[in-house]
Amino acid sequence: MQLGFLVDLHLCMGCKGCEIACKVENEVPLSTWRLRVKYVDVGTFPDTKRTFTPLRCNHCENAPCERICPVSALHYLENGIVNIDKERCIGCAGCVMACPYGAIYIDPQTQTADKCTYCAHRVASSMMPACVVACPVQANIFGDLDDATSNISKYIQVNQGNIQVRKPEKGTNPHHFYVNAGNSTLNPLASKRVDGYSLFNKITTLPVGGHH
Amino acid sequence: MAAHEILAATNAVVTLDVALPGIVWPWLVTVNMWAKSIGTGVIFMLFLLIRKYPEQVGSLRFQTTVVSIIFIHIFLLFTLADLHQPFRMWHIFFYPNWTSAITVGAWMATLFVGLLFLLAYLSFFKKDNVLFDKTLLWTVLLAIPVTLYTAALMSQATARELWQMPTESAQMIFAALLAGSAFMILLGGKKLNYEAKSSLSNILALSAFMSFLLYMSEYIFGPMKAEEVAAVLEYIKGDGPYTVMFWLGQWIAYLLPMLFIALSRTSQSENLLKLAAIFALAGLWLVKHVWLIIPQLLPMS
Repeated sequence: MQLGFLVDLHLCMGCKGCEIACKVENEVPLSTWRLRVKYVDVGTFPDTKRTFTPLRCNHCENAPCERICPVSALHYLENGIVNIDKERCIGCAGCVMACPYGAIYIDPQTQTADKCTYCAHRVASSMMPACVVACPVQANIFGDLDDATSNISKYIQVNQGNIQVRKPEKGTNPHHFYVNAGNSTLNPLASKRVDGYSLFNKITTLPVGGHH
Repeated sequence: MAAHEILAATNAVVTLDVALPGIVWPWLVTVNMWAKSIGTGVIFMLFLLIRKYPEQVGSLRFQTTVVSIIFIHIFLLFTLADLHQPFRMWHIFFYPNWTSAITVGAWMATLFVGLLFLLAYLSFFKKDNVLFDKTLLWTVLLAIPVTLYTAALMSQATARELWQMPTESAQMIFAALLAGSAFMILLGGKKLNYEAKSSLSNILALSAFMSFLLYMSEYIFGPMKAEEVAAVLEYIKGDGPYTVMFWLGQWIAYLLPMLFIALSRTSQSENLLKLAAIFALAGLWLVKHVWLIIPQLLPMS
């Protein structure tokens, strides 16, 4: 079994329900996120469009974070999930530096690395990840990539040619796919981050782990 | 003019996102690399001096060992200080993950410290130079990977395209040679004659030249390799926030020491060599810091 995730960006409406569900389910502290939805505006008024991209850990088949972790706090589960043992983590932040997707953060409460685990604790109880349950339009599709009859496998088959992953050139083989994505949604260098241009705040960076 | 009015039609702008994490590996890691360069570099230089100028080394055996112990412990202390859970450091020894350069480095550094204390014992208590010199050979051999492992760690941070093997390895070994020769010129005092110091200054000048060459090749040709490298190097070009610090580092660590060493050749001035050494040591910190920070400024997602 190799669990994977797929987000159909054509369906996603940026409601952030998944983001909130994740926060609540995993008790993710303030100023940190396991899952977030990024808005990117493209074009010039009146010819504009707004895109929504949920971003989480890609659970790579060849995960740089697992390789660099000195104490195997980041490790693979048999189902392909890249899990984290927060009791073992020493907080070296090597994984934060290695992850090409910026998916790992230092939990300011435990001072250890943390990230999306595809809700491994729920999966172990045969439940879907919290973000999948919360999505009102079923844009999040989760399942076994090794099972040709699973929803995710069928979705990938139907959308052949329109499936993308983030930064494929990194050779990490993500187990997280997007449908109807583009350069501006998946490539952080393709969009500008203008100071003070965000809708709700002007804070662009936060201290890692709440100190240093 | 409002920000949105100056954006071209094809531009994409992030209009809602979380605040991104700031610097992950801060100046503590710079000190780590800087101190390790000195701690291993002086061991290289001691080995060289024993081979080339055995009659002048004398008490430098013990003094150099003490300097190395001090700087390796500064390196270890700042490594520990940078951990968010420093009291769990022992996990590295009980739950080692051997694919991690951090694990390999921690074990090698521990062994290196053990050999340094053995050297200190042999030179201070046993006063056995023959055994010291034999042990030093093994210490030098271990000092090479101890210096290089940080390069492996940086290249293992695959998200940061700027840090690549083997360029970082070369930078690390040149940094150790530069720092070691500079510190030994200062430590040599009256024990080393001008000829010995001149040999050390040759190493200093050569390693400064090679380091400068590597940085310039990255600076000029790096953007041709990858979009990410081009974006990172923008932080040290033009109005980039680290442009001044980058060039200040290049001048203080490499260009001015080379100039001072060249001038000392004509005047036989030891003071100019000392000045070159002080500049090289101070500049190395700046150079290392800039190279550590700039890839961390780029948003990963």
